[in-house]
Amino acid sequence: MEERIMIDVDHVTIRFNKATQKIDNLKDYAIKFIKRELMFQEFLALQDITFQVGKGEGWGLIGTNGSGKSTMLKAIAGIMKPYKGKITTSGTIAPLIELGAGFDSNLTARENIYLNGAVLGYSRQFMEEHFDEIVEFADIRNFLDSPIKNYSSGMKARLGFSVATVVNPDILIVDEVLSVGDAKFKKKCNQRMTELLENDTTLLYVSHNIKSVLKLCTHALWIDKGHAVMQGRVEEVCEKYMESQGLTMED
Amino acid sequence: MDKGKTKIRIETFIRYSELMKQLVVRDLKLKYRRSLLGYLWSILNPLLIMLVMVAVFSNLFDRSGDIKNYAVYLISGRTVFEFITGSTNDAMRSIVGNASLLKKVYVPKYVFTLSKVTSGLVNMVFSMGALLLVMVFTGSPFTWYFLLFPVVLIQLYIFCCGLGFFLAQANVFFRDVQYIYKAFTTAWMYITPIFYSVEQMHGTVRYIIEYLNPAYYYVKQFRCFVYEGCLPDLQVFAGGCIISLLTFAIGLFFFKKSQDKFILYI
Repeated sequence: MEERIMIDVDHVTIRFNKATQKIDNLKDYAIKFIKRELMFQEFLALQDITFQVGKGEGWGLIGTNGSGKSTMLKAIAGIMKPYKGKITTSGTIAPLIELGAGFDSNLTARENIYLNGAVLGYSRQFMEEHFDEIVEFADIRNFLDSPIKNYSSGMKARLGFSVATVVNPDILIVDEVLSVGDAKFKKKCNQRMTELLENDTTLLYVSHNIKSVLKLCTHALWIDKGHAVMQGRVEEVCEKYMESQGLTMED
Repeated sequence: MDKGKTKIRIETFIRYSELMKQLVVRDLKLKYRRSLLGYLWSILNPLLIMLVMVAVFSNLFDRSGDIKNYAVYLISGRTVFEFITGSTNDAMRSIVGNASLLKKVYVPKYVFTLSKVTSGLVNMVFSMGALLLVMVFTGSPFTWYFLLFPVVLIQLYIFCCGLGFFLAQANVFFRDVQYIYKAFTTAWMYITPIFYSVEQMHGTVRYIIEYLNPAYYYVKQFRCFVYEGCLPDLQVFAGGCIISLLTFAIGLFFFKKSQDKFILYI
């Protein structure tokens, strides 16, 4: 069986402008220009990262806060363009970088389901066919027509997760979004993700919870301060990572 | 190679046209949600403003004598100009205003700018209800030429998209643009013959209005169709088309050039 590469990250470097203050108006720009302070203070969030994800694999991205994990996900999702290197993906991507990112708090849940579906690029017909499924999964049938600003954050997260995973995406990108739901919903989400994985969906998963990484992923990439420290089978990488943090697998 | 790129672009556009529709519907829904008269305001608002302006200009300056059916003259000009300023103002904020979304999901950025101009267009069509009311009320003659108004609408839409693209990207890097544009539109309004006629102006001022003001070309054409009942001069029509295409090309060029950097500034 030929292993298909779904995500190919090839020597990717991502650069930010780490200006001491953000210059977003003309006055500051003029002052800085005259004072010759318009230097580009570059900050490399990721440096020369290379890894390939095959079809049906689950990759966990681990590392301490601010090490560039979320930036990596954003680059793969197409939100950010790499400064150097190249990212190639094939198939549809469902990004769960923040649940309900496309929600408008003044609209009702019903309207938001359609809006969010459109944000993710699903067709109207598709959304109509799967509407009940989404509502069922999110368990919000009784609140369908109230504006989403009255929802609790857990309810919003549930709705967001339901919309984003109704499609069987080729690539699912998950960034610690499940921390808001209650235990029951977390379980449901994990089930759904396992189900997707069995259907050959490729998963990219960022979490500080090593246990859930071990459970969901087959491989792992350990990033520290923008550099790839180690990649490979999830058990080995996680173990090394935990060791470096002075923890054992049982913590 | 290049052909494949174009194909992908068109596919993306089609894929996200549903989003554009949703965004336009959202804008229209939320605009008048929780207001008693709802969509009626789209008609009432221009009517009320027109009444104020007619009262001021016809009595204070006694100008209405020069222009037949001053109420229709005024509201037809204002309908066009309001579309230009309203839609470009919204388009200018379209990228900055959707920052939280653009940071988390990949969406073609132009969708937000286009949807704002489209909402403005729909609003303009609604507000033409006010124009019709005034025409009926003042006994202004209807001609077949009236039905040609979409000719202007298309030019206007392309023009506003172009200007909107330019403003939207500029606003990402310099938030001052909003304040500058506000002052600019005020000046723009005064050099557009909305409440006066261009024949009343002379010399340099008239030259500026007739040759350097894009809005003039659209106001003039629109008035030909709905107010005078005639075809516009070829020169005005061609000028309007060229200006709209040129503005669109320039706006799109700047937008495309800088769109990958948006994420670092929003």
